[in-house]
Amino acid sequence: MFNSAKNTAVQPDSGVARCSGSRRTPCTVSTPALRAPGSRTAQAGFVLLPNLTVGRALVYAALLLMAIYYLLPLYVMLTTSFKSLDDIRAGNMLSLPQAWQGGAWVKAWAEACTGVECNGMQGFFWNSIKMTLPAVAISTILGAVNGYVVSMWRFRGSDALFTMLLVGCFIPFQVVLLPMAQVLGMLGIANTTTGLVLVHVVYGTAFTTLFFRNFYITVPDELVKAARIDGAGFWTIFLRILLPISGPIFVVCIIWQFTQIWNDFLFGVVFASGEAQPITVALNNLVNTSTGVKEYNVDMAAAIIAALPTLFVYMVAGRYFVRGLTAGAVKG
Amino acid sequence: MAALSINNVYKTYANGTDVLKGIDIAIEDGQFLILVGPSGCGKSTLLNMIAGLDDISSGDIEIGGKRVNDLSPKDRDIAMVFQSYALYPSMTVRQNISFGLEIRKVAQAEIDATVNRVAEMLQITHLLDRKPGQMSGGQRQRVAMGRALARNPSIFLFDEPLSNLDAKLRVEMRTEIKLMHQRLKSTIVYVTHDQIEAMTLGDKIAVMKDGIVQQFGSPQDIYDNPANLFVASFIGSPSMNFIPATVVQTGSDIGVKICDDKGCVVLPLPHDKAKLASFVGQEVIFGIRPEQITDARTAYREGLPVMSCHIDVIEPTGPDTLVFVSLNNTKVCCRTHPTEAKHPGHSMELVFDVSKAVLFDPKTEARIV
Repeated sequence: MFNSAKNTAVQPDSGVARCSGSRRTPCTVSTPALRAPGSRTAQAGFVLLPNLTVGRALVYAALLLMAIYYLLPLYVMLTTSFKSLDDIRAGNMLSLPQAWQGGAWVKAWAEACTGVECNGMQGFFWNSIKMTLPAVAISTILGAVNGYVVSMWRFRGSDALFTMLLVGCFIPFQVVLLPMAQVLGMLGIANTTTGLVLVHVVYGTAFTTLFFRNFYITVPDELVKAARIDGAGFWTIFLRILLPISGPIFVVCIIWQFTQIWNDFLFGVVFASGEAQPITVALNNLVNTSTGVKEYNVDMAAAIIAALPTLFVYMVAGRYFVRGLTAGAVKG
Repeated sequence: MAALSINNVYKTYANGTDVLKGIDIAIEDGQFLILVGPSGCGKSTLLNMIAGLDDISSGDIEIGGKRVNDLSPKDRDIAMVFQSYALYPSMTVRQNISFGLEIRKVAQAEIDATVNRVAEMLQITHLLDRKPGQMSGGQRQRVAMGRALARNPSIFLFDEPLSNLDAKLRVEMRTEIKLMHQRLKSTIVYVTHDQIEAMTLGDKIAVMKDGIVQQFGSPQDIYDNPANLFVASFIGSPSMNFIPATVVQTGSDIGVKICDDKGCVVLPLPHDKAKLASFVGQEVIFGIRPEQITDARTAYREGLPVMSCHIDVIEPTGPDTLVFVSLNNTKVCCRTHPTEAKHPGHSMELVFDVSKAVLFDPKTEARIV
């Protein structure tokens, strides 16, 4: 049985099926191109359980522990949101609900009080959607064009411009609050969703530009030269040659911007209030509004509702996220 | 009418450094021009300036008699093949080839016909629906050439197109490029740092160094009559031998004095005596190619000077064996017949064919005779 380990480890980069002949070990097929450098031993570990060493077992145990640690709050939130108030008071925090009840969810969505109003989270959920989607779209598109310009069309001062944009990534939120409030007031969009969109676009473009610039810098500039000789102009090169290979970085950018903007509290609480406030602000108000009993189940349901969209985005696009962050040169 | 003429072209960067210092080159229609030189000599910059990808600081570039300094790349009627091939990664081979035609609003039927013709010529028809990532380096190279051919420009520009290929494929593609040139009679400007590519492909070679054209001429002329020490050392493999030597007069003959550890001989030079006379007694650099120092059997003429030399190292290459000896304390490479070469440690009679030998000034490195 152990001779199979030798077979797997010693094989050169043949890219062919590797079979040990032993009944316990399946053939593994791998092509050299798909395999990361140094992954040979890791692969052998996956295929052959006999390779499970003490060290590896410890690593897995540590990973498992951390996974539990991070998942526990989500578990508590979920179970609490389905409990009745009596159930919450009686039972312990980790126990499952005695009877699963959806009432808290309905209340959080449509009836809970966030200050004076008592219409639940629904209106503010749509506020956040109306703020986040355009802000993500606009800042991502701007970032893509900016990144394209500073990486492919160097002009006098383009490096200086990029440095200034880069500094934009490091400016704390608090610093821009007052000037931003003045600007919004002058434009007449203070306390509106439009105003919040503008704030997030301005703030996010620094990051998106950095993302796209760092991606496009890995694209050989001979590609742009070839397209120029072929007769393509500024936009044709961008739309027909660079955009089709920009998928991974778009995913990164969209996930990043979506989470940043959706989860933002400070800009929301400062620049929008009342009807226009985003869901993060509403959640805060909901939890802090006390009319009699503290309804933990409603709070938990509301918190999960507020977190759902970002969870959803990660589940759909998460696996592209890591791939996009590590995306290197585009092999032409 | 010249297909391409480059007149006193300068390239100066913003910080004041000149990368090209007054380039003058002109070639006729259908000629194959090679720009060759070590990296940093400005050859790629010059090519980019012909293409319109880099600005011209001063001077003129004319294509087909028309000044193109202020034309954008797409209006210069050129096509370019890049070192990295620069195929559009998201497009199939067919789309890569037709992209330039589409942008120029060529009719679809004509585009299809052109793509098929070019694909057939380069034998890439079976690859037309593949993407660049699914092809080998050689195949990508063909597609890159196909993209240039489809446009049928008045000048093709090649920027080190073979340097990313492995050695065997490089030789094959070299021959194919030459065949293509012979068949299409196209005008080509080809940048390389490989002197063998320069010799084998070019009708005209411009050897460049430090932003200056050191010599411009036919490959054989540059090989036989290098203008200076740099050109002589750059062209030819193995490189020309450069032996520091003194010019001496013995009777009516003027020659160079060559010594090894056993003794000295004077190799009489058949060059212009009047010119040589002024250098008698002076130190010069005696340049002689490896094939001009050989064994008695390979030397094709009688009466050439012979010297018995102590062999340091031999390097058999197959067709020849390179014999290394020390003359005037300099390592000298000699190309001999494999069966005639003696072993290291032994002595061997070497015949010097000085008719094509050259002399350089050791200070200015300029050619004397």
